[in-house]
Amino acid sequence: MPELIELEVATPERQLVHEDVAEVQVPGKDGELGILPGHAPLLSELGCGTLSYPVAGRRRYLAILGGFLEVLPGHIRVLADAAERAEEIDLERARADLRRAEEQLASQAPDADPAASLAAMERAQARVLAAEQR
Amino acid sequence: MPSLIDIRRRIRSVKNTQQITKAMKMVSAAKLRRAQDRVIAARPYAAMLRKVLADVAGAVAALDQPVENPLLAQREERRTLLVLITGDKGLAGAFNTNLIKGAQRFAAERAGATVTFELIGRKGRDFFRKRGAAIAGDHIGLAAKVAYADTAAIAHQAMDLFRNDEIDAVYLLYNEFKSVMAQRLTITRVLPVAMPEQSAPADFIFAQPPAEMLGRLLPRYVEMEFYRALLESAAAEHAARMTAMDSATSNAAEMIEKLTLYMNRVRQASITKEIIEVVSGAAAGE
Repeated sequence: MPELIELEVATPERQLVHEDVAEVQVPGKDGELGILPGHAPLLSELGCGTLSYPVAGRRRYLAILGGFLEVLPGHIRVLADAAERAEEIDLERARADLRRAEEQLASQAPDADPAASLAAMERAQARVLAAEQR
Repeated sequence: MPSLIDIRRRIRSVKNTQQITKAMKMVSAAKLRRAQDRVIAARPYAAMLRKVLADVAGAVAALDQPVENPLLAQREERRTLLVLITGDKGLAGAFNTNLIKGAQRFAAERAGATVTFELIGRKGRDFFRKRGAAIAGDHIGLAAKVAYADTAAIAHQAMDLFRNDEIDAVYLLYNEFKSVMAQRLTITRVLPVAMPEQSAPADFIFAQPPAEMLGRLLPRYVEMEFYRALLESAAAEHAARMTAMDSATSNAAEMIEKLTLYMNRVRQASITKEIIEVVSGAAAGE
């Protein structure tokens, strides 16, 4: 029986995950973080990306769009600004959103804020990635 | 004495009203359930955020140099922003009246200081606009569908005012959902932020500097206070309306009963009168 950690994922609007997992991959702000039981206490900000953890021989994926991460002994708290389960994402629409975000970034419209366009593209990318994993 | 037809007409009108109040009660009951679910759904995040903030606060307190954050600045409360959350619609008993009275009391207690209003909900806006109070902004139609993004935008306006030293404190005044029968008028200070009890400092690895993390967590915490207040208020409003409409429905039933009794009495009186007329007419003819 492998050691497990309690994983909690919530957005301001709802709780998405609350279960015991063997391991979890989290999109940290400065890169992907893999967390196993016994990890040292950690506080980090989250970037846009996919969070994944194994359940009954399969991996489950979530798109995470920014937030905070706290790792405690035996407990992981993921406070996402926004998050969706891979199954909930409409892949076609997510791809269309990504294309639109890319075009906007490429066109460099004078009124567009490049940082905002970039953030929009990152969010769209995270959603497409998560949806493709399902 | 009113005629039979008049009474019948009144009964019919009361019945129509009763149908409306009954329907409104049912609609509120359904909306209340949904609003309650949303209040419950927001709890895990709020609880986690409080714990993370407590941990960060503990770690920051253990640092050598004190950490300054504009959202924690304590100033003398000379200029206060009161965020009043009322409903958009009436027919909810004393729901809005209590809020408006509470807001007036709040302003009266601070006679020496200036109180500016941020009004969420049509009822509060109409009231204070008519009276020419100092209004920083108003928002209508939020309670029907409380969205985090809208709420966060309002919270950011308040935070900007506070950061720019235009106000010294921000208070939230709203009805908290206590039970279906009872709402509790709640007033909380959201700015400057009152930090949650620091937890024992664990040896955290910080991926970002603690001060920076605190700087990002605090606005989220304030947003969440606003969001929770709006959700609570929405649930409380539906509960208040449901209770008010329930008592209106039973009042209408009582009235119908009374009127029916009265109508029967009038009918009987007129029949008796007619019989007397017939009998006395016959007697006179003999």
